[in-house]
Amino acid sequence: MTGVNTSMGIELRGVSRWYGNVVAVNDITMTIGPGVTGLLGPNGAGKTTIMHMIAGFLAPSRGEVTVAGRSSWRNPDMFRQVALVPERDSVYAFLTGKEFVAATARLHRLPDPDGAAKRAIELLEMAEAQDRRISTYSKGMRQRIKVAAAIVHDPEYVLLDEPFNGMDPRQRLHMMDLLHTQGQQGRVIVFSSHILEEVERLSGIIQVIVGGRLAASGDFRAIRRLMTNRPHVFLLSSSDNRALGSALIGRPAVSAVELTQHGLQVRASDYGTFTREIASISRDHGIRLTQVRPADESLESVFTYLLAS
Amino acid sequence: MTIATERTVASERTVHPMSGVLNPVIMRLTLRAALNRKRALLFAVPAVILIGISALLKWKAHSSVWPPEFLGVVGFLILALTALIVGGSVIGAEVEDGSIMHLLATPVSRRSVVLSKYVVAVALTIAFAVVPEYLAGAIATGPTSKLTIGLLIGALAGAVVYNALFVMLTAVFSPTRALAFGLLYILVWEGLLASLIPGVGLLSVEHYSLAITNSIAHNSALDAHITLGTGIGMGIAVSIVTLVLAVVRMSAFSIKGDVA
Repeated sequence: MTGVNTSMGIELRGVSRWYGNVVAVNDITMTIGPGVTGLLGPNGAGKTTIMHMIAGFLAPSRGEVTVAGRSSWRNPDMFRQVALVPERDSVYAFLTGKEFVAATARLHRLPDPDGAAKRAIELLEMAEAQDRRISTYSKGMRQRIKVAAAIVHDPEYVLLDEPFNGMDPRQRLHMMDLLHTQGQQGRVIVFSSHILEEVERLSGIIQVIVGGRLAASGDFRAIRRLMTNRPHVFLLSSSDNRALGSALIGRPAVSAVELTQHGLQVRASDYGTFTREIASISRDHGIRLTQVRPADESLESVFTYLLAS
Repeated sequence: MTIATERTVASERTVHPMSGVLNPVIMRLTLRAALNRKRALLFAVPAVILIGISALLKWKAHSSVWPPEFLGVVGFLILALTALIVGGSVIGAEVEDGSIMHLLATPVSRRSVVLSKYVVAVALTIAFAVVPEYLAGAIATGPTSKLTIGLLIGALAGAVVYNALFVMLTAVFSPTRALAFGLLYILVWEGLLASLIPGVGLLSVEHYSLAITNSIAHNSALDAHITLGTGIGMGIAVSIVTLVLAVVRMSAFSIKGDVA
């Protein structure tokens, strides 16, 4: 900890946001404290809307969003403490990376804008490309220069909307390390992602957003368990699907079996037991198993389950 | 190294005397952004045409009737269209591509953002429309004639008021709608209705410019049927009201069209 005062954190109280008849965010209450918090959800879940409301770029239709105890709406002064890295890849492409970060430092009225820009650029490992125009940057480089500009004033709160988009694996790891360090120093780091692995790697605490609602909230491991323990659907192919189906329906780990034209669709109520047993059951019945494929491993199906549970 | 080690330095921010009004960083960024876009080339085209036609008329037309008619009508139309493109782009283009977020995600006041951009828009309009209007007047009747000076002062006033109006339109409406409303205002409200319906001219920036020009040049072709006092008073009022409205709207700037 470096004495960063983020004890007030970010709070959303009964926050909804709608556009005409479309509800983008529905009655979300959450508190985000120091450390790294991931907003996880499929595309269109409402993560960006939440980010924009926290950053004061959208007014909640209902409820209140506060950062450090003050409403974020109509409060540009909060950007003394807050940084926003928007998802949109829109920067002043005619500037060099150094000019862009230094200009941001000047907008923050830092006493040594060039020094602050240099430190931020080095932190993001962009020193080599800093004198090139941003229009020549790759997407990953643009993302990094955006982060450098956003954190040039050493903010206590950092909001990043899909920060890993367009980054190669090495850049991704570097950014994760950076955010992790910043979080450990007591800053409030919030990032959104639709990729489970990104959140898993970086964030101890996650808020799962599905269909504009908070579907799950808390420690990543607990939510990961919930995700693993949900009923799983498998598609099986074998030498005798009908016989295999009748063998499986008697097992406690299986809750439903259906013969389809693509094979045998099995709903397992206990993921672990089913995957351990399936080979021995088929062998005991003299059935040759040719395929075991999860039928619902998409993130959307995981989210849908979390929402329903 | 982490940025946190510099925290004590970052918290001691400097305060400039003009901190609440104009921001030189935003002005520089706006100017570079405006001149960097391909459409910046378009700014110069009407100006070149205006000067070219004036030179041609001076050479071929042997009468003194055309300068006030041509420069009063076409010159001020070019002024309005230039202000629409420039004033409409200083905020509108950045809202459209999202780069405005980088300015607004700083503690700079929204008033400062709007006014800094407005001042740059006025300066660009002076460069691309007012100066060419003066040059065209100088070609037609000499650099110090009453008509030329009148056109210069009238066009300067027009640049100030038009830009306030068009900056406001882009702060209130989407960039496309702002451009459409701006064109309707110039072509229908000022170009058609203001000359047909008495009273409409009271809300016409072109009429304010003409009133100022005519008070110096005294030429019936420039008579907008409003007094100099009305022109100046209305011009100041429209500028203040529209700029206040632009600041109020930018203070509640929302990211639009995002349902994700």
